[in-house]
Amino acid sequence: MEKTVLQSINLIKYFNDPVRVQVLKSVSVSVNQGDFVAITGKSGCGKSTLLYILSTMDTDYEGDLLIDGDIMRGKSEAELARIRNEKIGFVFQFHYLLNEFSTLKNVMLPGLKLQQYPEKEVEHRALERLKMLDIEHLALKKANQLSGGEKQRVAIARALINDPLIIMGDEPTGNLDKKNSDIVFDIFKRLAEEYNQTLLIVTHDDEFAKNTHRIIEMADGRIV
Amino acid sequence: MNLKLITDIAKSLLLARFRQSLVAAIGVTFSITMFIALLGFMNGLNDLLDGLILNRTPHIRLFNEIKPTENQPVNLSKDFKNGHNFIQSIKSSGGKLEIYNNAAILEAIKSDPRVRGVAPKINAPVLYNSGTIDITGVVSGIDVMAESELFFFNDYVRTGNPIDLKNVSNSIVLGKGLAEKLLAEVGDVVQVTTSKGERLPLKVVGFFQSGIADLDKIQSFASIVTAQKLLGVPSNYITDIQVKLHDLTLAPAVTKEYAQLFQCDAEDIQTANSQFETGSFVRTLISYVVGIVLLIVAGFGIYNILNMMIYEKMDTIAILKATGFSGSDVRKIFLGIALTIGLVGGALGLLFGFLLSIGIDQIPFNTAALPTITTYPVNYSPKFYIIGIVFSIITTWLAGFFPARKASRIDPVIIIRGK
Ligand SMILES: Nc1ncnc2c1ncn2[C@@H]1O[C@H](COP(=O)(O)OP(=O)(O)OP(=O)(O)O)[C@@H](O)[C@H]1O
Ligand SMILES: [Mg+2]
Repeated sequence: MEKTVLQSINLIKYFNDPVRVQVLKSVSVSVNQGDFVAITGKSGCGKSTLLYILSTMDTDYEGDLLIDGDIMRGKSEAELARIRNEKIGFVFQFHYLLNEFSTLKNVMLPGLKLQQYPEKEVEHRALERLKMLDIEHLALKKANQLSGGEKQRVAIARALINDPLIIMGDEPTGNLDKKNSDIVFDIFKRLAEEYNQTLLIVTHDDEFAKNTHRIIEMADGRIV
Repeated sequence: MNLKLITDIAKSLLLARFRQSLVAAIGVTFSITMFIALLGFMNGLNDLLDGLILNRTPHIRLFNEIKPTENQPVNLSKDFKNGHNFIQSIKSSGGKLEIYNNAAILEAIKSDPRVRGVAPKINAPVLYNSGTIDITGVVSGIDVMAESELFFFNDYVRTGNPIDLKNVSNSIVLGKGLAEKLLAEVGDVVQVTTSKGERLPLKVVGFFQSGIADLDKIQSFASIVTAQKLLGVPSNYITDIQVKLHDLTLAPAVTKEYAQLFQCDAEDIQTANSQFETGSFVRTLISYVVGIVLLIVAGFGIYNILNMMIYEKMDTIAILKATGFSGSDVRKIFLGIALTIGLVGGALGLLFGFLLSIGIDQIPFNTAALPTITTYPVNYSPKFYIIGIVFSIITTWLAGFFPARKASRIDPVIIIRGK
């Protein structure tokens, strides 16, 4: 039996603006170590909302969230930031990188924040991850000089820098062409298979979803 | 601590908006420059104007005033103790201007640790005789060494050597205006008559220019010995004891103490010259107000650039937070940016303020009233520089505080969803 890294119990989420609507209706999911899970569902069913709660960025919910067996309720903003830093890697649809920094520095930032390794070591690890994703030649380029596909790969390298417990993505291929989507998908697949990396990816792409280990389908704020 | 990382990020954000940051910093530089130059100049003027009077005014003056006895005999008598005594037409008696036992008093004051120096003085009202006319005036008998050390006497003797007053017997230093009236040159002999009718020829050894024309028309100086000879009094006669303290603000208290202790009249500098304090105060106040107003304007500049930066860098902030930076990290980053602008701008301001002060110091400024001054006066007190940099840090901190707090409260979910 694999260890459970992420678990939600009866998550309920309301939005109050402009009228009170319930977006999540008692969502319970659990993700085990090494799982490669896709969340799918119609637009507006609450996938992103769920992911933001699971990622600890949204704290306004009912029910419980456990990461690595640890209950998230009642933790301070700084403690949650620390958990995101250490245990969660993110890949977004947009919002790729910080344009002020080089590719390498972008990948290094969460590692420098964590301070688990000295700066030299963080740099080494960042280069390792860029190499793994075949983009080490971009290391010294400014982030805004990269193509969309390249940016997304750098974002994945950044998500990997602290060896996170789980990588979450909100439509990480949503803004990419077919070729780049395939590259990104292959990377995820490889991470899951070769490195036993846990992944939780929200996607619209049925083909993408089909190739994962498990699909969580949502409809109207529930898991079906 | 994550300080290095945070300064690193702050630096990158700052450099990405280098032009605007520079403009904000120049705002601070400008206001600090003005602040320093203004305060330096105003205080230079203050020192100069105060110096005009204060340099030459003792902090404490001991003397005997001719006045009626406070306790008239009838009040002392037991017989009239219960009644209410009305006394009319009181006259002062025994008009002795001399300070009794002054040698002991001088010694006692000299050994007081609060005292910087003490100088005895004789004031003798006289008539200067020039042909058929007499000019009324005052001869002050002074101890040249003490007077020079405490009251800069030698600075104001513009012609001749002040020490001759001591070395040449029966010598006198005339006020410039007075010398012109008497048509006296250095080396001439002038006749001086005292109020008691005694007449003495005195040799002119120099001219004195105080900067106060009216004073220079009546005032002259002689040595104490000469003045005593002039008045026909013994060598222990003096009328004034002038005291200079280390700390001017103690004057009123020490004055009271001395008046009690030595049983004579005493006056402090604050009472004698209260109007100068007021003038200085107003000038200093104006410079501070102008400086602070300039700084507040600069503060708004910083506030604007930070707000703009935060607005532009919403995405950056959201990513930082999503990848594990806490609200307080974000706040430190933006406060760091504000303080960098403030410190760099402020430090440059100090430098330019100093250079501007030096510039002002070079501008010629000649006036007959102020013989020792040739350029505009500037005060370089480090106090203004410290206040300047502290003010610039405080204003930039305040200007950065609210934008930084706003940045720290940005909800990454809203930003990420908003795309
Ligand atoms: N801040 C908000 N205030 C009010 N309603 C919101 C807010 N954010 C989202 N919603 C609503 O919540 C519902 C779920 O939104 P969510 O973004 O989770 O959908 P989604 O499943 O991710 O859709 P998509 O596939 O299009 O990204 C939507 O109906 C949306 O209108
Ligand atoms: Mg969504």
